[in-house]
Amino acid sequence: MNFSAVRAIYAFEMSRMWRTLFQSIISPVLSTSLYFVVFGSAIGSRIPEIEGVSYGSFIVPGLIMLSLLTQSLSNAAFGIYFPKFTGTIYELLSAPISSFEIVLGYVGAAATKSLVLGAIILATASLFVDLQIAHPIIMLLFLVLTAITFSLLGFIIGIWADSFEKLQIVPLLVITPLVFLGGSFYSVNMLPPIWQTVTLFNPVLYLVSGFRWSFYEVADVNVGISLAVIAVFLVSCISIVWWIFKTGYQVKQ
Amino acid sequence: MLTAYDIYHLQNKHPHIPTRCAPRPKSGFNSMLDSASPLIQVKNLEKTYDGGFQALKDVSLDIKKGEILALLGPNGAGKTTLISAICGIVTPTGGTVTVAGYDIIKDYRKTRAMIGLVPQELTTDAFETVFATVSFSRGLFGKKRDDTFVEKTLKSLSLWDKKDNKIIQLSGGMKRRVLIAKALSHEPDILFLDEPTAGVDVELRKDMWQVVRDLRDSGVTIILTTHYIEEAEEIADRVGVIAHGEIILVEDKTELMAKLGKKTLMLDLQQPLKEMPDALKRDGLELSESGAQLVYTYSTNGERTGITALLQNLSDAGIRFKDLNTKQSSLEEIFVTLVHEDSAKTNANNPAQAQ
Repeated sequence: MNFSAVRAIYAFEMSRMWRTLFQSIISPVLSTSLYFVVFGSAIGSRIPEIEGVSYGSFIVPGLIMLSLLTQSLSNAAFGIYFPKFTGTIYELLSAPISSFEIVLGYVGAAATKSLVLGAIILATASLFVDLQIAHPIIMLLFLVLTAITFSLLGFIIGIWADSFEKLQIVPLLVITPLVFLGGSFYSVNMLPPIWQTVTLFNPVLYLVSGFRWSFYEVADVNVGISLAVIAVFLVSCISIVWWIFKTGYQVKQ
Repeated sequence: MLTAYDIYHLQNKHPHIPTRCAPRPKSGFNSMLDSASPLIQVKNLEKTYDGGFQALKDVSLDIKKGEILALLGPNGAGKTTLISAICGIVTPTGGTVTVAGYDIIKDYRKTRAMIGLVPQELTTDAFETVFATVSFSRGLFGKKRDDTFVEKTLKSLSLWDKKDNKIIQLSGGMKRRVLIAKALSHEPDILFLDEPTAGVDVELRKDMWQVVRDLRDSGVTIILTTHYIEEAEEIADRVGVIAHGEIILVEDKTELMAKLGKKTLMLDLQQPLKEMPDALKRDGLELSESGAQLVYTYSTNGERTGITALLQNLSDAGIRFKDLNTKQSSLEEIFVTLVHEDSAKTNANNPAQAQ
């Protein structure tokens, strides 16, 4: 195991976060605060409690998930796409490191960044609404698993993308709608029955629901199912990454 | 450019010139390094890209420890593919490569740790500082952080005063040095330089050659690709010529020059001649179209060049000349000859592609 290489990639990626502090931390925090002001305070004050939780508090887990998903995805995708774009990937390919170590470095850094961000948003949220965390360990488990899974997915997108447009398309056209339709801002019970069934096919629903359960013990689906879904998702992403390195897809001829 | 005449004569005069590497004798050593066994051994290496383009055809090549080997060839000959295959950037479709006895696929950690690569394109992390990017490379290759070593490397490449600059602020030549510093950051035994002086001005090119020589003196084995013959001639110990994905020849530079080297003696006549007098007629002597110059081509490796006899005959015939000069054929001419021979052969084998 070439720990020194993993550390080098990790440190290199983390240093990019400090260099692009505004883009990495401040802008997601700002946009989340806007959500709180608009949905939590302005509109939320006119929405009744959902299953005993005030609307402002109800949306906190969903908002953290929204940032966690999009940030994990874009950090990891950008992290591996950029060396491909500039050509510096030659160095990764010619270095004495295994694919596992490459993934560990990039995905580890991307997941760390989004976890830091998640923590910051949680802290920001506590300034606006009353928060209680019923199951802190489960909450942490959801955060970590989601960050890793979506960083892996981002890594896959970064490898697959051969243009900046493609890099943006999945987060914009797939993830954002899934998060909005995945019960981040509402309980599934509030939907007409047919849409409740449709929503069950949205994987993000399980993440948001399980994550929210760790806060308020309020969930749309059983927390066990939520954990199982994220586990399946994680394994699928690992398998795809494994296949990418086995075949050299988009990386190596 | 050489004329058909030159090529014809070169071939006839030197039937012993090898046009392809002789098969390597089987060696009893396998993995242990000693002075007799090559540091890098490329055997029957093949690479066919997904699109069907065959970039390397059955390439075999031995690289000795401590030498500077120049791989010479026109654009698209397969130089970069060969280097990329050895370094792990492209996966060979056939054949094997060993570095110090270790297989590049099975023991990739060992072989890659020994190799530094300077790519052809100036690919850098534009927004990083020079120091950070070189330290990163060192870590990536599994070495412990060592700021003193990085400092030494940067100083030896005159980059120390730029250590805190972002790479994007540097000139092209400086960026090339940064890439060399990155390649040297993990103290490699072997350095691959892919077209190190492409797009570099004359002054800097000379600096670069000095850097390469200094590295060789410090014990690093260097393989560089170039399409500047001047470069190979200036710094290489051995020269390998690649064309159409095949190694046409690998020779000691001085031997190659001596074997293929020919000189021409040009005599500017006081009075133009209408035709060559019978007394002067001999192999290698030609009268220029204007009749004002006699051009004599001779080999430098024979004991007798025939110059004395020629001058004697001129004087006997009463032909006076006002000036004379001699010219040594350069590696460039040799190279052109070899590549032409090879394409002639390729075309002969595949008449369909000959047009």
